[in-house]
Amino acid sequence: MKQELTCIRCPMGCQLTVEISGDSVTVSGNTCPRGADYGKKEVTAPTRIVTSSVKVRGGELPLVSVKTASDIPKDKIFDVMAEIRRCYTDAPVYVGDILIADAAGTGCAIVATRNVERVNS
Amino acid sequence: MKQHKIVIIGGGPAGLAAALGAKAHGIDDVLILERDERLGGILNQCIHNGFGLHTFKEELTGPEYAQRYIDRVLAAGIPYQLRTTVAEITPNREILCVNAEEGAVTIKADAVILAMGCRERPRGALGLPGFRPAGVYTAGTAQRLMNIDGYMVGREAVILGSGDIGLIMARRMTLEGAKVRAVAELMPYSGGLKRNIVQCLDDFGIPLKLSHTVTKIHGKERVTGVTLSQVCADRKPIPGTEEYYSCDTLLLSCGLLPENELSKSASVELDPVTGGAVVSDRLETSVPGIFSCGNVLHVHDLVDNVSQEAARAGEKAAEFVKNGRSSGGTAIRLKGENGVRYTVPQILYADDMDEKLTVRLRVGDVFRNKALVVCYDGKEVKRLKKRIMAPGEMEEVTLQRDSLTDDVREIIIRVEG
Ligand SMILES: Cc1cc2nc3c(=O)[nH]c(=O)nc-3n(C[C@H](O)[C@H](O)[C@H](O)COP(=O)(O)OP(=O)(O)OC[C@H]3O[C@@H](n4cnc5c(N)ncnc54)[C@H](O)[C@@H]3O)c2cc1C
Ligand code: SF4
Repeated sequence: MKQELTCIRCPMGCQLTVEISGDSVTVSGNTCPRGADYGKKEVTAPTRIVTSSVKVRGGELPLVSVKTASDIPKDKIFDVMAEIRRCYTDAPVYVGDILIADAAGTGCAIVATRNVERVNS
Repeated sequence: MKQHKIVIIGGGPAGLAAALGAKAHGIDDVLILERDERLGGILNQCIHNGFGLHTFKEELTGPEYAQRYIDRVLAAGIPYQLRTTVAEITPNREILCVNAEEGAVTIKADAVILAMGCRERPRGALGLPGFRPAGVYTAGTAQRLMNIDGYMVGREAVILGSGDIGLIMARRMTLEGAKVRAVAELMPYSGGLKRNIVQCLDDFGIPLKLSHTVTKIHGKERVTGVTLSQVCADRKPIPGTEEYYSCDTLLLSCGLLPENELSKSASVELDPVTGGAVVSDRLETSVPGIFSCGNVLHVHDLVDNVSQEAARAGEKAAEFVKNGRSSGGTAIRLKGENGVRYTVPQILYADDMDEKLTVRLRVGDVFRNKALVVCYDGKEVKRLKKRIMAPGEMEEVTLQRDSLTDDVREIIIRVEG
């Protein structure tokens, strides 16, 4: 299998070609070793940080922004998003609060990235 | 009239870092004026990660980065006023501001730091043809609606302009279940970061159509679709290349403009290229005692650079208040040429410059395997090899005080092959 991708480890943005045959992965088109590293990871186990927001009850804002506490497998992005969309929380919420302990079976938590104070209305 | 030593206009990352810089250099009487309901500026709506790699050695989201600075400002006991809009600044540093509790108030400041950030190029400035149906937003407005107010702006979108905000919004809308049909970019290259193109478009199979623009917006009440056309080298649409895309939303991500109406009221000289103030190496504008930093000075890609620049503006404003004077001596002009669009600062006073000065600049095109060359009065003094330079990535050159002799009048930075 052959895959074309752009290295994003530096602004050069080399066009990489990654070839997988059996157990061996070869990268070409990279200018430096970091590109080979990136190409291998992207093709064998790509991961991403996901950021979004969660609805808040009784807060100064209707939403609190959130992120995955670490990177998650790329193919889990939409499963994680579905769980984030179902989630509600109550104000106050503070940076670092855990809103979902294990998102979509990734073992990764969803944490708040902003403070939302409680308002009495 | 109220009186303060240093007044900072804007409570975004620039304003916060400037306040901390001023306080750290011995001025306690500092006041931040912010028109919004909270401190943090544009970072409040930038909920994606990618902030603060240089400053904190970790990747934070916008609100987290802002919170770290807000916490420091609170810990330092620096006063701030929210929901307070500055309407005018006079050249002798009288600040007219308005808020609901006190009405109009004038504050006299020994030094003023401009940190108002930038705004997006509005649709009017783009000259888009067609009716004005609902569903056309600037990308930043859509970002605010989705991330702060919690409104979904549409189900199917086309984005015009491949600046970072547009790319970030393409991913954000996709994650929220919308379909982003395409991102059209007038230029043959994207102004956005590579990383954003890969992680916001490629990850979701969203096509990036370079050398394309919107030639028609369809729909009367609400957008029903747009026509994209390819453009030739002079950026005019090529007849016969029209393609129809159905969508209910068009987002415009076509650049940012420093917000300098206030600077004009203070008679601050502006640079026609950056749209921000002309400043000296001390980040002082043409009006003594008025300093500028952050996106109101020139548009930055990285908030780390904003914080660093603003901290220096705070330091220099504090020195101005303590010494009661501006930079003196002979002015050396700094200029960009041959591919270098601008430099900040534009003026340098060698007599009291810091040991080292970071000059920030942008190039006007994509350059591969070229060099940035610094010339003092036509004589080459520095040559920095660059594998790649692009308009979307700010460049830096460091100048040493020792390298400047008394007779230098002009410093030119250019691209050479
Ligand atoms: C959508 C977007 C995405 C970005 N993504 C990244 C990224 O991934 N990584 C990164 O490092 N950087 C990123 N940046 C860049 C970075 O966020 C900005 O450079 C930085 O926030 C600029 O800070 P500032 O304080 O100059 O301006 P702002 O944050 O805009 O703050 C200006 C403040 O001044 C206030 N103000 C304006 N006029 C007045 C007035 N008349 N009276 C009172 N107050 C006033 C405003 O309300 C605002 O709070 C992004 C920027 C944008 C817009
Ligand atoms: S391969 Fe090396 S030089 Fe090329 S983009 Fe990746 S990190 Fe940069």
